[in-house]
Amino acid sequence: MVNDTIAAISTSLGVGAISIVRISGKDAIRIANSVFKGKNLEEVDSHTINYGHIVDGEEVIDEVLVSVMKSPRTFTTEDVVEINCHGGIATTKKVLELLLLNGCRLAEAGEFTKRAFLNGRIDLVEAESVMDLINSKTDKARKVSINQLGGKISGTIRNFRQDLLELLASIEVNIDYPEYEDIEVITNEKLCSKVKDIKERLNEIVTLSENGRIVVDGIKTVIIGRPNVGKSSILNRMLDYDKAIVTDIEGTTRDIIEGDINVDGILLHLVDTAGIRNTSDTVEKVGVDRSLKELDEADLVVLVLNNNEELNDYDYQLLEKIKDKTAIVAINKCDLDNKLDKNSINNQNIVEINTVDLDGIVALKDKIKELFNLEELDKGDYNYLSNVRQITLAKTALNVLQEVEEGLKRDDPVDLIGIDIKRIWEILGEIIGENYSDELIDQLFSQFCLGK
Amino acid sequence: MNYDVIVVGGGHAGCEACLATSRLGLKTLLVTGNIDNIADMPCNPSIGGPAKGIVVREIDALGGEMGKNIDKSFLQMKMLNTKKGPAVRALRAQADKITYKKEMLHTLKKQENLEIKESLVENLLVENGYIKGVLLNSGEEIGAEAVILTTGTYLKAVVLHGSSKESSGPHGEKPSLYLSDCLKDLGFTIKRLKTGTPPRIEKSSIDFSKGILQPGDDVCYNFSFSKKLDYDPASQIPCHLIYTNETTHQIIRDNLEKSSMYGGYVEGVGPRYCPSIEDKIVRFSDKERHQLFLEPESIYYDDIYIQGFSTSMPYDVQEKMIRSLPGLENAVINKYAYAIEYDAIDSLQLKNTLETKLVKNLYTAGQINGTSGYEEAACQGLIAGINASLKLKGKEELVLKRNEAYIGVLIDDLVVKGVIDPYRLLTSRAEYRLLLRHDNADIRLREYGRKVGLVSDEEYKRYQQKLDDIIELNDRLLTTKINPSDDVNNYLVSLGSAIIYDGIKLYDLLKRPEINMTNITKFIDLDYDPEVLEQVEINIKYEGYITKANKEAEKMLQMENVKIPDDIDYDKVINIASEARQKLEEVRPTSLGQALRISGVNPSDIAMLSMYLKKENKNG
Repeated sequence: MVNDTIAAISTSLGVGAISIVRISGKDAIRIANSVFKGKNLEEVDSHTINYGHIVDGEEVIDEVLVSVMKSPRTFTTEDVVEINCHGGIATTKKVLELLLLNGCRLAEAGEFTKRAFLNGRIDLVEAESVMDLINSKTDKARKVSINQLGGKISGTIRNFRQDLLELLASIEVNIDYPEYEDIEVITNEKLCSKVKDIKERLNEIVTLSENGRIVVDGIKTVIIGRPNVGKSSILNRMLDYDKAIVTDIEGTTRDIIEGDINVDGILLHLVDTAGIRNTSDTVEKVGVDRSLKELDEADLVVLVLNNNEELNDYDYQLLEKIKDKTAIVAINKCDLDNKLDKNSINNQNIVEINTVDLDGIVALKDKIKELFNLEELDKGDYNYLSNVRQITLAKTALNVLQEVEEGLKRDDPVDLIGIDIKRIWEILGEIIGENYSDELIDQLFSQFCLGK
Repeated sequence: MNYDVIVVGGGHAGCEACLATSRLGLKTLLVTGNIDNIADMPCNPSIGGPAKGIVVREIDALGGEMGKNIDKSFLQMKMLNTKKGPAVRALRAQADKITYKKEMLHTLKKQENLEIKESLVENLLVENGYIKGVLLNSGEEIGAEAVILTTGTYLKAVVLHGSSKESSGPHGEKPSLYLSDCLKDLGFTIKRLKTGTPPRIEKSSIDFSKGILQPGDDVCYNFSFSKKLDYDPASQIPCHLIYTNETTHQIIRDNLEKSSMYGGYVEGVGPRYCPSIEDKIVRFSDKERHQLFLEPESIYYDDIYIQGFSTSMPYDVQEKMIRSLPGLENAVINKYAYAIEYDAIDSLQLKNTLETKLVKNLYTAGQINGTSGYEEAACQGLIAGINASLKLKGKEELVLKRNEAYIGVLIDDLVVKGVIDPYRLLTSRAEYRLLLRHDNADIRLREYGRKVGLVSDEEYKRYQQKLDDIIELNDRLLTTKINPSDDVNNYLVSLGSAIIYDGIKLYDLLKRPEINMTNITKFIDLDYDPEVLEQVEINIKYEGYITKANKEAEKMLQMENVKIPDDIDYDKVINIASEARQKLEEVRPTSLGQALRISGVNPSDIAMLSMYLKKENKNG
């Protein structure tokens, strides 16, 4: 059923004074008109905003502005109607219900964007960046998404593919016309320099994109430390919000506490963990296991130590665990007596804090900015791949490039190396959706949120 | 008189088709315009080359005749691309055109169930959508359960040189004037294609000392996997390489408008992959010279074929062009070059089995389907013959996949993508060329040939022995270890290979790029057929690449396995672009994999089609 008309609330629930209900499909205007009191929407010009009321029979539900956009110059290329509701969540839901009663179907996750993609309105990278744009919580993230929406990254990758295609064509023609001297023979030596060049350029994009991903996704920051060193207090100080339960009894934080903060436009996704220690309490043990998993997935680890106590075995274990991660050691309770030997901490990034005043917290934030080059990012033109799927594919391409280099080192025949080069060309095509693969489409669209 | 199968046309497609049906026990009639021209090579005197050479071996593995026939009739054998990887190596033979024809005619004549009739077919007899037979120009009607059309370039053939345009087949043979109208009436879309052939020069009038000698390889090769024929490499006849020069180019530029092509006398579309010399001069004007190969056609007459010099210039200009070439200053021209136009059908109107969609039990193969090349024609003839037989016997038809054979690639391209200019096979048309090697064609296809019934007991036994030996040798290399010793390490150093400190399996040693199978004989006795050694060596050395290729093929097969029902109504598949709908309607692909390969059908269309099929499956 794709020629039906879909509707959904397009703004996130609970935030903002205005909520938008979006309708797309061939009956969008007719159905909207059937619950609208004001001008006849079926007769208004395309791309107009119309004032009126949503009514259920005689009952007025909400005072609204209705945008009417006719096919094909719309986001989905179908007829689209957007109803700006002013009455809060309950009313907006009622408006949606009315539309569903009158013939709309509730949109599935990501269905508007899916239609835009399927109708050829946007390419794959653009489709994904729409999702990123809607989910983006900071200005910088929005800029990255908008650049992608304009197809900038697609253009870069397309150029890449063109280079590869030309290389491939030269290899292939040598195979099919082996006796013709007119054609430049592609040798492994010639390939070597070209492959190196492509690898460097792609590597640059991936590195930039990893930072770009941080712009969009935020830095996943996990706070660890043995019980009662003040992890939750630090989190709360940063969030300024009492989400975690803070008590003096060891092991109070039994679940993961999360929160987002904005450090100069970059989102820090903070996760407080249950104190990591050996425990026999089963409830707490679940918390500890989850903490270790969070640690693996973190972009940044903040290890909290207690200035007021000597380092013990657990502290040393934790220091060992963060050895290979981007990490900051935060020595807490610096307002109390120093009993901790700083010289035995094998980590460059030490910050001294206390949760009583703000200076330490500011120092911690500065350290984070320094570690992630956030000043540098600011200057960037945001021309990155910005989601995990794209970056993973680009990395796969880099891996295949690695294989190509190995093959060249072994002096494998040029036509075999050509097979890997073709694979790279296909992978880059997948990034911009120019190759088709069923799993890709399924994976992509299941990832979209409702009504986006 | 009634037959099971009538094959119309005795070229390379026709020969394979009629041999396949008669060998499979069907009473077959071959109708040809001139018995003396059966298996004729009207253009280049060679068989094989990149992709094409692999096809010849595939034909052989399936039980076709071309490989065996060229093994009996070559002047020179050469393995191409030997400096490249195993996937693109290919055998090419210079053929003796007379011997090739003679041997093939001999094979046809002694074939049981096969009769040959010299005549022209004027019309097809069709009843209720089924082919029922043919009408000859004598007025005689002959009935058959199935008909295979392999008419080559003969449908409304017109030969051109300069402004001259005459209705004629190659060599002044009679063209078929009425058959293509008959096909048109049956609903076929008729296309006009063009090809051409270079001049032939009297051997004694050429000064070969001005050319560069191109001898055959000094190793014996055979196309066929069956009985090996030994020969003395020194007895091979060489070719010669010469170059065009500025004088040649100037003559061509000065007379460009006199050529049939540039004078606007040609309607048909010529092959992109085989341009005439005037095309090369115009399109690559910065090239100072072009290569030409002087190739002997036969030991029974003295024509030398100038490969790379096809033209449609008038005779007087051809003479000037030829005599501007080094060594050909005094050339005596035995046959002038010409272009030939002919009718072909739209290959989108065919099924994967090469049966037409419009008329049941009517098959077409070769140039009538828009291809060019003897090998391309022969393999289609074989597949049409096999499938006509299987259908008449009520058995499941044979469709080769793109990861199984170049033949599969070719037919899939024909029925899914269609052709604009004459279609030539290229290695780059195959996605999985590492799997489609010339050396493993038997391993890929012998079982199919056996199941169909075209592979003899003796040939099959030979194949099974080869398989057993491959497994045995592979196991031995896996289980035999050599240990470090001065002797071993000195040997390795002499090969430029790293010394060993621990024991190493021979299998792993062979993976080293500088070590080959011959080096391995230092450590283990290898009394195997060279084909077996080659197979095992390739499998071990290129294991990584082969594994990757298999994985890619696996992905393709998943799409291929999503079948599209014959009776699908594309109007019911919503939200697909109108261009895609039109293309899908035209091609009517049998699987999602095929649909994906149609140009103009985009990923989003495939997504919608896929959703529709899932829904239909649920409902059905």
